Amino acid sequence: MEPDPVGAPDGDAALALHDITRRFPGVLANDRVSLVFRRGEIHALLGENGAGKSTLIGIVSGMVRPDSGSIEVAGAPVRITSPSAALRLGIGTVYQHVLLVPSLTVLENLMLGGSWSRTLDRAATSERFTELAELLSFRVSPDAPVGRLSLGEQQQVEIMRALWHGELVLFLDEPTSMLTPQGVDDLGVVMRRLRDHGVAIVFITHKLKEASDLADRISVLRQGRVVGEVSPGELRTMSPDAIIERVVAMMFGHGGKAEDLRATLVGDAAEPQARQNAVAGMEPLLVLRGGRTAGQRGECALDGADLEVRPGEIMGIAGVDGNGQKHLAEVLAGQRMLTTGSISLAGREIGHLGVAGRRRLGVRYITDDRLGEGTAPRHSLAINLVIKEIGSPHFWKGGITLWRRIHDHARNLIRTYGIVAPSERASLAGLSGGNIQKVLLAREWTGDARLLVVSKPTYGLDLQNTRRARDWIKSIGGNRDAAIVVISNELEELIDVSHRIAVMERGRIAGIVKNRRGARTAIGRLMAGVGDA
Amino acid sequence: MDGLLSEAFIASLFFGAVTAGVPLLLAGLGEQVSEKAGVLNIGLEGMMLAGAFAGFATAYATESFLAGFCAGILAGMAVSLIMAVLCVVLGMNQIVVGIAITLGAEGITALLHHVLYSRSYPRLSRVETWTIPGLADIPYVGQAFFDRNVLIYLAFALTFFMIWVFRRTQAGLNLQAAGDAPAALDAAGVSVTVTRFASVLVTGCLGGLGGAYMATVGGGLFLPFMTGGAGFIAIVLAMLARGNPLWILFGAFLFGASLALTTALQVVGVNIPTDVIQMLPFAMVIVVLLLFARHSYLPPALGLPYQRGAR
Repeated sequence: MEPDPVGAPDGDAALALHDITRRFPGVLANDRVSLVFRRGEIHALLGENGAGKSTLIGIVSGMVRPDSGSIEVAGAPVRITSPSAALRLGIGTVYQHVLLVPSLTVLENLMLGGSWSRTLDRAATSERFTELAELLSFRVSPDAPVGRLSLGEQQQVEIMRALWHGELVLFLDEPTSMLTPQGVDDLGVVMRRLRDHGVAIVFITHKLKEASDLADRISVLRQGRVVGEVSPGELRTMSPDAIIERVVAMMFGHGGKAEDLRATLVGDAAEPQARQNAVAGMEPLLVLRGGRTAGQRGECALDGADLEVRPGEIMGIAGVDGNGQKHLAEVLAGQRMLTTGSISLAGREIGHLGVAGRRRLGVRYITDDRLGEGTAPRHSLAINLVIKEIGSPHFWKGGITLWRRIHDHARNLIRTYGIVAPSERASLAGLSGGNIQKVLLAREWTGDARLLVVSKPTYGLDLQNTRRARDWIKSIGGNRDAAIVVISNELEELIDVSHRIAVMERGRIAGIVKNRRGARTAIGRLMAGVGDA
Repeated sequence: MDGLLSEAFIASLFFGAVTAGVPLLLAGLGEQVSEKAGVLNIGLEGMMLAGAFAGFATAYATESFLAGFCAGILAGMAVSLIMAVLCVVLGMNQIVVGIAITLGAEGITALLHHVLYSRSYPRLSRVETWTIPGLADIPYVGQAFFDRNVLIYLAFALTFFMIWVFRRTQAGLNLQAAGDAPAALDAAGVSVTVTRFASVLVTGCLGGLGGAYMATVGGGLFLPFMTGGAGFIAIVLAMLARGNPLWILFGAFLFGASLALTTALQVVGVNIPTDVIQMLPFAMVIVVLLLFARHSYLPPALGLPYQRGAR
């Protein structure tokens, strides 16, 4: 479908892409993509994982070269051959993952990229810094080392760097994924301010709600193609529901299946279905008291975390990334020891036990680092399914591997969990992200589990698998023998699956909220460090 | 044992410390540049040996120390070029390539030495020194620091030049970014490949110069395998220095002093088996590691090849 430019005339076009195609081995990442980004407009690019958003960002920022197609900047044809070429053309990009040097100060990070032979010109840099800080009303100290700034502040520095050489086009790649709800609002204010200043803002997201709240124009990508557009005129006149209906149809095609995914995509739909648990008043199964850990540079350690989870309960752990969630997961799993504090399971102290000891007591951990600490990707699916019980008498006898039993076991689990794989002998690395997640679920959720810790259960999964993983978590909740802890930085996800939600802030549990109407607001306040539970 | 406090003993200790420390200082400063940029240059020992051989052979043939230094620099850079192409451009494993370079340089220099000089070990004439009037007469340290070859003064000056480069220049900033967050440097529009390539060449240049110093000013002769682990000690120094050239200066003379202790002890006639004394520098490495390694800071991207887009 050709996008048909409505609204601002093309004279305002800051950046135009014509028929951009880029192929990677086996994938057509961008297929004849044509888009026009206009000055003074916030343009949202929506699409699922694999829709071609990252490749498009790569092309306009000079990281990736297109196979064919042409690019115009302010009406003149250009070739963007390198990141520095993109910056010189006034095209700035803020990447999804922070791309700053943590050991350098804010000002030094902004000076990166100057000519080799120069000594540092701090005066000129300070001047431009002040100018941009005023335009954006940022209050970051220029001499603070970047590693000490919050993620929101680091993003502000990235925005300044993207605008450093000129304010023509600003690309923001999933800019809200690391921010608190308050941080998202602040970012919205900055985006509008820049738009009014005449900058073309392109904002890439997979969250429909954000796109419809913030954007003047929405384009939808699917499988590398532009499949539709909602123009500014339509955005002004259509009701929010109608916009969502329309975009969901573009993203998934028409049909009943889209309806199932709608709730996953549009966060708000989750709230009315908020979950209550009938186990209130039961003795807690898991008790963590005054948990402290020692952290390395740049890590957030636990600093007196208290948590109680009752049997059958799904406890969500919310918080902006880097507030101690990783340490909490590792402490519960036994991969990291507490320096002080205690942790008990069903009344028994387990703080001194390592991973193996806790596993025997029923502690299970599904990591978000699925290919790193979660699995041995180059080994077979079957081995990965028994990798946490190597040497167990069921699969090993006198040091001899009983391959037939291992393979039978794997075939069983593949059937039960609907894992799509060529065979149980296939190497794990060849599986898709959703199937690798299923392997972990199948391995960890065995009959004798008493505590299941799940970290970012849907991180990196596409929408279908996200839905499936969340449904699975909900389905195992209420099991009276086990407590479930779900750690996630997607608030919508926790509201969807949890009974109660605890908010982590700087290594502590800042408060615990029952998951019912209004929970979102209370959690937002706790995440920003201003609320009380 | 009261000879241990005599002027002769202390003066010869200082003198030896400077003689043995300067190649460590040069090579360590070079290694620091590439480590800052994220390349662990294990081939340093090989670069020093290549520099030592080329430096000696040239100085012997031309009877000019300056020509020897230049040849040492060129030889070191030629060897580091291999490292840069294989590790920085092609992204091969830095440790494997570094070990290969060191072993290869050991073999080739020994072979060339045999081809050129058969089994003889010719010596260079006396070293020309620049005496700094006044300062050279200070007891204990005058001879050691102020009556030396010009290269020694240059090595000291280089330490402070590097501090200036790291703190005040764009190049210093780019180097640090290439080792700490290469993707950030790339996104800022500076080629990580070029930055690291240049840093490896600088290492080769300084390592080669350090080697040339050993075979000319230091010993005045070339022996196969004469660097004897100095390159590895320089790598340790660079790793412990936390990016600060002053620590390399300090460390180089600490190790230089322990190397020089052998000769100094002989001057005063203390009789300890030389095997024990020769262990000193390496025992020192272990002690220093025990004391300081816990606090060492290595660039997060050290040893990892960088490829754009492979984030």
